[in-house]
Amino acid sequence: MAKAFFIDTSLCMACRGCQVACKQWHDLPAEETTNRGSYQNPPDLSFDTYKVVRMTEVVEGGRLRWLFFPEQCRHCLEAPCLEAAGDPGAIYRDDATGAIIYTAETRQLDADAIIEACPYNVPRKAPDGTLAKCDFCIDRVHNGLEPACVKTCPAGAMHFGDRDFILAMAGKRLAEVKKNYPEAGLIDADEVSVIYLVLYAPARYYQNAMAGLRRPAAMTRKVALQRMVSPLRRMMNALGG
Amino acid sequence: MTNHWIDIQNSDCILIMGSNAAENHPVSFRYVTEAQRRGATLISVDPRFTRTSSRADIYAPIRSGTDIAFLGGLIKYILDNKRYHKTYVANYTNAAFIVNKNFGFKDGLFAGYDPKKRAYDKSKWAFETDSRGVPKTDRSLKHGRCVFQLLKKHYKRYDLKTVSKITGTPEDLLKKIYAVYSATGRPDKAATIMYAMGWTQHTTGVQNIRAMAMIQLLLGNMGVAGGGVNALRGESNVQGSTDHCLLWHIWPGYLKTPRASNDSLKAYNRKWTPVSKDPLSANWWQNYPKYSVSLLKSFFGAKATAANQFGYHWLPKVDDGKAYSWLDLFDAMYVGKIKGLFAWGQNPACSGANAGKNRKAMANLDWMVNVNIFDNETGSFWKGPGMDPSFIKTEVFMLPAAVSVEKEGSITNSGRWMQWRYQGPRPLGDSRPDGDIIMALGERLKKVYARGGVFPGPILNLKWDYLTDGRYDPHKVAREINGYFLRDVTVKGKVFKKGTLVPSFAYLQADGSTSSGNWLYCNSYTEKGNMAARRSTKDAANGIGLYPQFAWCWPVNRRIIYNRASVDLQGKPWNPKRWVIRFDGKAQNGKYVSKKWVGDVPDGGWYPMQNPDGSMRKDSRYPFIMRKHGHGQIFGPGRADGPFPEHYEPLESPVKKNPLNKQLTNPTAAVYHRDIDRFASGDARFPIVCTTYRVTEHWQTGLMTRTQPWLMELQPQVFVEMSPQLAKSLGIENGQRVKVASVRGALEATAVVTRRFQPFRVAGKTIHQVGLPWHFGWRWPESGSEESANLLTPSAGDPNTRIPETKAFMVNIEKI
Repeated sequence: MAKAFFIDTSLCMACRGCQVACKQWHDLPAEETTNRGSYQNPPDLSFDTYKVVRMTEVVEGGRLRWLFFPEQCRHCLEAPCLEAAGDPGAIYRDDATGAIIYTAETRQLDADAIIEACPYNVPRKAPDGTLAKCDFCIDRVHNGLEPACVKTCPAGAMHFGDRDFILAMAGKRLAEVKKNYPEAGLIDADEVSVIYLVLYAPARYYQNAMAGLRRPAAMTRKVALQRMVSPLRRMMNALGG
Repeated sequence: MTNHWIDIQNSDCILIMGSNAAENHPVSFRYVTEAQRRGATLISVDPRFTRTSSRADIYAPIRSGTDIAFLGGLIKYILDNKRYHKTYVANYTNAAFIVNKNFGFKDGLFAGYDPKKRAYDKSKWAFETDSRGVPKTDRSLKHGRCVFQLLKKHYKRYDLKTVSKITGTPEDLLKKIYAVYSATGRPDKAATIMYAMGWTQHTTGVQNIRAMAMIQLLLGNMGVAGGGVNALRGESNVQGSTDHCLLWHIWPGYLKTPRASNDSLKAYNRKWTPVSKDPLSANWWQNYPKYSVSLLKSFFGAKATAANQFGYHWLPKVDDGKAYSWLDLFDAMYVGKIKGLFAWGQNPACSGANAGKNRKAMANLDWMVNVNIFDNETGSFWKGPGMDPSFIKTEVFMLPAAVSVEKEGSITNSGRWMQWRYQGPRPLGDSRPDGDIIMALGERLKKVYARGGVFPGPILNLKWDYLTDGRYDPHKVAREINGYFLRDVTVKGKVFKKGTLVPSFAYLQADGSTSSGNWLYCNSYTEKGNMAARRSTKDAANGIGLYPQFAWCWPVNRRIIYNRASVDLQGKPWNPKRWVIRFDGKAQNGKYVSKKWVGDVPDGGWYPMQNPDGSMRKDSRYPFIMRKHGHGQIFGPGRADGPFPEHYEPLESPVKKNPLNKQLTNPTAAVYHRDIDRFASGDARFPIVCTTYRVTEHWQTGLMTRTQPWLMELQPQVFVEMSPQLAKSLGIENGQRVKVASVRGALEATAVVTRRFQPFRVAGKTIHQVGLPWHFGWRWPESGSEESANLLTPSAGDPNTRIPETKAFMVNIEKI
């Protein structure tokens, strides 16, 4: 059974335990940061940072809101990066879980094209061109453990399990919050394995929260093809196809 | 906490004020979230919109240091709109007590003020008593001098307009919050407060908490599930260390430190044992001598005898009327009166208010022993900023300590749960558990004093037998804390053998036949085993999340204290759906004939106040058993600064007039007068209100987190948060480094310009407030550029506790 994450941003309090747990499990080095006038740090995802809690201050309905978005790879059901790579030795899908896994072989790929292919702008490259991103904690998951970020979340905002179970949980929670937040929704739930619940329009959280928000300057042919197929499929899904 | 962490889930309304639970107690938010899921309203009141506010249903800004004005307004709202729980207030609180004619309040001063001493003669606040000495009451609450009427009179001045003018909180928000919170005055509703240092660290700190306790009593929210007054403690075992007398004014279990005038054990016990002539008052502290003698037996073992007053004179006495708090100790050190310092698991060079004074004070020491897991700004003070090592004589010793996971023992959390934990990895190198360091220190002192000394008695007679195979044994200490029968005795008809553990404090004796290192913990480690190590997840019969066999809770495993106030006069729960305890005894002909309570451990197992037929019982006791008169104290005549909380401005304030009374600041605040204790109130050079706080990513002075790269990555630098309006007026851009200065000191910080801070409208003027975290110090990061925010904070304190006022003071900000 494919696995999925449910990230309930309505419960996230940006303690960033997930961000640290990710670094700890993957033994990733800390980046040298400075305070840039925000709590959010590091400023962006990087080769050494697979998870960043985005923090945005917005006014919604006359009230100040501080929105938190623990960003990570969505592990798309049909992953444009995987298709753009066309090299299962570099980027492959773990059939047991649905995880999209990058290997050291990504060094051989056109890194910029892969990054460009991602509808969420997630993969990041090392100076030598090797790519990295969230790996689903695939080693933990194959050994019966939850991903490190899910395990550590004290707010109950992060969940992991069989896709059906997670979809049902996300649907139920959405119905709950819709009562007070009519704009609430699940982001790209039918297309990804990491499903976010948001209370407001995804773009309020951050520019790449939802696919299609990003307007790439240039696209590879393959990606362009993918982009053409994707909206169709979305429409079909919406029609109950 | 009167309640405990899990119990937050039972609340209908959660007020988070004076704390920032989402950031500083993130795990607690699990229970806040659960309460919200069940329909509770979460209210966040804070000078700044925090991560807690982001999750709240209602957020209101408040200018730092004006909480009593805010809460006083709530008291007035509750009274004006009759939201109080009348039966509860009339029967369980001292609202019905008649106060004597000498009591009064004028121009911001209560009766009995002596301006020379900056103190009150509290006898002016006494209750009127009958011929037996029992306070006179009017349970109809109509008597002109009953507490209830005095309360009404006192808070009449706290109308919305005046409160808003002081706090800067908009009137409509005040009204909304007052309405939502006071709606829990219904018997079947409960509201809770989660507070922390945002309330305590003020010159009115104790009265902030008092005001809230009064509100909870008025609404009938004490003793019930989802209610209470809940202090979120700032460190995993600070509750435990307080229970075991971390502070100067108490002995373990909140017994009193003897004063010089308590010149015998008899005099000491007489002074501190309250006497009630009311047969319905349990007056639990009447047992005081049992606890004090058992403690002395624990200290001195067989050397403590009736003939030598159980070693009472081996313990130090403090001078009457003199304080020995943190602020006083560093003040004495500053003038060279203190020669040596053990800085044990602490970092006063960064953690103490007016840190510059503390750092200078340390240079007057002959020696300092720094017991810590890493070197810190305290151990290295002599090479810190502005110090010239060639002029500093202090000899510093560093003793490397083991970290918490390297040792076995217990910690007591905010909810009073004593939880046993086990050793993980062994200590590195020659670092040792604190217990081993203390044992070795004691043994060495005994050797030195065996050769003679000024006063060798206390050291030589100290019972010091907590080693097993040469190592500190936490089980021996835990058993000592619980206490033993020291000879074969019969208590309450039961026979106990010498050397067995005392089952609970109800069995402790004043004749030297029992020992107990802390009476409150008697019942924690018994012949049945180590109660703190229990891990059953079975809930109690009421199903409200008490988990009575998980760990152990003081007192006697009572999970919600004052729980006898959670039932009506006949022992029936106010809220049958979320009951804490319930009387389950049999009744015949309208009278109870057998005694049985179910649910939590009741606050005393007496019969309810009334029989089912409404007749009063003579064998019952009032529910607030720790109070002399058995009632919750809406009128608190024991506090240094008055029986009712009154709004006074912080010692450093942006306003020159207090709209509520003629006193600008607390007339009894603890103030120090060395050259370095400078204050600047209403001073144009320091026009901005400032507060300090913590962030999720760092802990305390940051010694364990500033050395951790993954956490430094998240919060690398000191920052100062300010509104866009203030930043604009100062020409400061987001992310720019600035200088923050008070009259006492200055530091650099990165400006975080955010809408989460908004200017306040205070008495028609715009007042700006900023805030910064205090987790930093020059030692790490190695740049030395990130300093402690306590360089700014004032060394002034609350008159009751002497906690420093680090949450409201005045600064200026400049571009660098």
